Amino acid sequence: MKQKTIIIIGNGMVSHKFCEKIRKKDKVSKIVVFGEEPIRAYDRVHLTSYFSDKTLNQLYLAEQQWYAENDIELHLNNPVTAINRNKKSVISSKGLQLDYDFLVLATGSAAFVPPIPGVDKEGVFLYRTIQDLDLIKAYAIHAKKGAVIGGGLLGLEAAKALVDLGIEESTVIEFAPRLMPRQIDDSASRTLQTKLDNLRLTCLLQKSTSQVLGDDHITGLSFSDNTQIDVDILIISAGIKPRDELATACGLATGPRGGIIVDETMRTSDPAILAIGECALSNDMIYGLVAPGYEMAEVAACTICGEEKSFNGFDMSTKLKLMGVDVASFGDPFIAEPHARTILLDDAHKGVYKRLNISADGKRLLGGILVGEASSYNMLLQTVNNNMPIPADPEVLLLGEKNNSKPAGSGLESLPDSALICSCEGITKAQICDAVTNQGCDDFAGVSKCTKAGTGCAGCVPMVKDLIAHTMKQQGKYIRATICEHFNYSRQELYDLVKIHQLKSYDEVLDSVGKGDGCETCKPIVASILASLWNEMILGRGNDVVQDSNDRFLANIQRGGTYSVVPRVPGGEIHPDKLIVIGQVAKRYGLYTKITGGQRIDLFGAHLNDLPAIWEELIAAGFESGHAYGKALRTVKSCVGSTWCRFGLHDSVSFAIQIEERYRGLRSPHKLKSAVSGCVRECAEAQSKDFGIIATEKGWNLYVCGNGGSKPQHALLLASDIDSATCIQYIDRFLLFYIRTADPLTRTATWLNKMEGGIDYLRNVVVNDSLGMAETWEKEMQELVDAYECEWKVAVRDPEIRKRFVHFVNAPGEKDNTVRFETLRGQKKAADWNTLATH
Amino acid sequence: METLATSTSWKLACRVEDTIANGGVCLKLEDQQIALFYFKRRNEWYATQNECPHKRQMILSRGMIGSLGDQPKVACPFHKKTFALDTGECISGDECAIKTYRVKIEDGLVYIALNN
Repeated sequence: MKQKTIIIIGNGMVSHKFCEKIRKKDKVSKIVVFGEEPIRAYDRVHLTSYFSDKTLNQLYLAEQQWYAENDIELHLNNPVTAINRNKKSVISSKGLQLDYDFLVLATGSAAFVPPIPGVDKEGVFLYRTIQDLDLIKAYAIHAKKGAVIGGGLLGLEAAKALVDLGIEESTVIEFAPRLMPRQIDDSASRTLQTKLDNLRLTCLLQKSTSQVLGDDHITGLSFSDNTQIDVDILIISAGIKPRDELATACGLATGPRGGIIVDETMRTSDPAILAIGECALSNDMIYGLVAPGYEMAEVAACTICGEEKSFNGFDMSTKLKLMGVDVASFGDPFIAEPHARTILLDDAHKGVYKRLNISADGKRLLGGILVGEASSYNMLLQTVNNNMPIPADPEVLLLGEKNNSKPAGSGLESLPDSALICSCEGITKAQICDAVTNQGCDDFAGVSKCTKAGTGCAGCVPMVKDLIAHTMKQQGKYIRATICEHFNYSRQELYDLVKIHQLKSYDEVLDSVGKGDGCETCKPIVASILASLWNEMILGRGNDVVQDSNDRFLANIQRGGTYSVVPRVPGGEIHPDKLIVIGQVAKRYGLYTKITGGQRIDLFGAHLNDLPAIWEELIAAGFESGHAYGKALRTVKSCVGSTWCRFGLHDSVSFAIQIEERYRGLRSPHKLKSAVSGCVRECAEAQSKDFGIIATEKGWNLYVCGNGGSKPQHALLLASDIDSATCIQYIDRFLLFYIRTADPLTRTATWLNKMEGGIDYLRNVVVNDSLGMAETWEKEMQELVDAYECEWKVAVRDPEIRKRFVHFVNAPGEKDNTVRFETLRGQKKAADWNTLATH
Repeated sequence: METLATSTSWKLACRVEDTIANGGVCLKLEDQQIALFYFKRRNEWYATQNECPHKRQMILSRGMIGSLGDQPKVACPFHKKTFALDTGECISGDECAIKTYRVKIEDGLVYIALNN
C-alpha cells in the first residue's frame, strides 16, 4: 500500500472512530488529527454522567498512549484555520502547515444559540463540551433556580445535569407544544412531563423566550406572552448547527441551512475531501446521533481505501433513560391513519404510555413510542428493522413483556442473522452468535471484548445478554451458577449437601465437598449457609475467619477502619432509660450518633478494641445485637398503630416487636427487612420490604419481595385478611423457601423476578403448600427461633472470642494510632480517605 | 543472594498461639503495621504491609485469605481488592502492589524479616 497522508480535522467521537477504522484497514499511511479542545477525544454521549458519577478519565475513548501505539499524530488545542484545496494543504492556529492526500472533516456541530437579547449575560451556558460542564459546575454552587431552553433530547439531559448539581427547582422551556418533538407525540410528552414534575422539573411548552433579564448576570427570563420567571442559571440547548465554516471558506458546497454536502461515499464536492458526523449533510439530513456518525466513519474509511460502501440514511430510533424514566422512539413514531393503525396504552396510574403503529393490513410493525417502561424496545425495534411479521393480535406486543410466563429471549430465534443488534458498532446477530459458538465466549464481557458489541451507547446490552444465553442454551450448554473454583456447586446444591452431611464448620465443608484454600467468595456463602441451617454462634468452630469482615467483628466497618454499633430496637419502640444509656455510651467512647432508616440508632467511630466494653454496657442496659452487620433480619419498622393513632386499625407496634423478636438473628442469602403498618395509609412503608404487613379491617395483608435500594421494587400481595398466627406461619414458610433456594446475595425481589411462575407460583408454595414442605419449614423455623442467642452476649463472656478484638496482637492494649477523625457539626467524622488514597 | 541472606535481620514478632489459623493478625514492629497470615492447611506463613494501598487503610490483616489456583491471596475488607501474598501484586486488576516480608517459625515463635 502506498503511503498517503490523511488529515482529520476534529477530534470528537466520530473522528476517533474513523481513526480506529482507517488504521485497521491501512497500516502505512500517515494519519494526523487536529483538535480544537485541549483534551483528547471523550465520550460526549455520557457527558451528563460527568456530573453524577464519572470522572473525565472514565469518559476518555482511549488511553493517551493509544495514539502513539497506532502511529497517529495528534495535535490538541490546535484547530485548523484554513484549507488550501489547490495545494492540498491545511494550516493550523499554531502555524503548522501540512499537505494531505485525503482530508476528513469531522468538525462536528456547535450549539445553536437563538438571538435572544441578553444571552451574553453571566450565568448563561451552553451544554456541549467538558469545558461547558466545568463552567456550569462552578457557577451552579450559588444557583437555586435553573432553566433550560430547549426540551429536546439534549435539553432534557441538561436539565438532569441541573438536578444532579443540586439545583432545587428547574424549568424546561420548549417552543414546540411538546417535549422531544422529534421523537415522541403529545400524549407521550404529557406522561413524561408528569414524571418530571415529581422531580421538581417544570416544563413550559409553546413558550418563546423574549429576553434574558438581569444586569450583568441572569436573574430571570421573560417570554413573548409577557410572563416571566426567576432564573439564576440558564443552559441553552436549542439544537445544533453544523460546524461548516472551514468548508464554506474554501468553497465546498454546503446546504442552505448549513452542513457540508456529501454523497453516499462521504465525499464532499471536492473528491479529496470527505466529511463525517454532525457536520455532514447527507441527503438533506444532519444526523445528530453517534451511531450514524460511526457508520459514516466506516464508509469514509472504505472510500479512502478504495472499497465500496455507501451510507444510505440511518435508523434514528433511540432509547434513553431520562432521570429514571425510560423513553424510546423507533421506526416511524408518528405515522397515522390512513397509512397506519395505532394501538395505544395510556396508563396514567403507572405513568406508562405506549404507542405502536402497525401497517394498514395489520401484518407489519412500522414504529412506535414507549414512555415509562421500555423493556421491549430492542425486540420491537428488531421487528421493525427486519420487517418481521407480527402476531394476529398485535396488542400482545404491548402487553406481552408484562406476562411472567413468557420465557426470556423468546422471539430471538425468529430474528434473521443479519439483524443489527448493536447499531453503534454495527454488530449483527450472526456475529454475536459466532462469538459464542466458535470463539468460546460465554458471557457479556467476553462477547463485548470480542465483537465490541455494547461498547457504544450500551442500549443493546440486555439483548446481547439474552442472545448469549439463548445461543448457549441452543448448544445444550447448561448455564449453571457455581460458586467459585473451590466449590463446583450452586448455592442451593451446597445448602443441601451441608444439611445432608450435617456439616458445622467451613473446614469440614471444604474437606468434604470442596477443594483448595477457599476464597472471599465461597467463605461468606458457606458461613451464611451454616448460620441459616444451624443458627450456632457464627464466631465458633473456626468459622470466624470465614465471615465477611462485618460479621467477623459483629459490627460494621467504616472509613478509617473503625466500626459502627447498632443495638436492636424492636419495632422502633424504645424506653427513655435506654435512650439515655445509648447517649451515655456514645459520650463515653466518643461515638458519632445518627438515627438510621430502620428506626434505630447507629453509633459510629468505635475502635476495634472498644467494641466488647461498649457491648458490655449496652447488654447490661438490656440491649442486644441488631445484626446490622449481617446478611440477616435487620429491622421490623412500624408505625404507631391503634395504640395512639386515630386511624390505626390494629396494634402495629406490638406485632412488629413480635415479628422482629421471632426472626432476629435469622441469617439468609441477603439482608432481610420488614415493616408493619397499622392501616392502609402505610406509614411504615411495608410495601418496600422483603416482607411487609398492613392492617385491614379484618386482619392483616401480607406483602412479600419488595425492596428499596438501587432498584426499588414494590412488594406483592401474598395473602389478605389473615390473622396474626397465619401471618407468622406464612412468613416462616416464605423465609425458609427463600433461604433454601436463593442465589448468594440475592434479595427476595430479585429471587422472585427469576422464579418461573412468579408470585402465583410462590403463593401456591406458601399458602397452598404445593410442595408439601410447609410443616417441615415451620418446624425448622421453630428450631432456629429456639436456638437464637445474642451474639454479643456470647462474645463478651467468651475469652477466646474476646481476645480477637484487638488491633495489634503483640500490643493488645494499643489502639490503631493511624485512625484520624475530623469535626463536623459538633460531632466527629472519619477523615476523608480520598486525601489519603494514592488513586 | 548470599549477601542478602546473611544481612537478613529477623525480628521476633509474636507467639504462634497469638496468631489465628486460616486468618490474619496485625503486628506492630518498629512502628510499622505488619499483617501476618497463617494457612494452616498448607502450613504456610505470609507477612505483608497492613495498609491497603487503594484507600490507604490499615486493614489487610482483617481481610479474608484464600487461594486463586495455587496462589495464596488476601482480599481487603473495604472494596475486595485482592493481593497475591507471595508476590504482593494486586490480582484484581489494579496497579498497586503491597510489600511482602519473609516469615520463619522457631520454637513456637514467629519471626519476620523487615529489611527484604
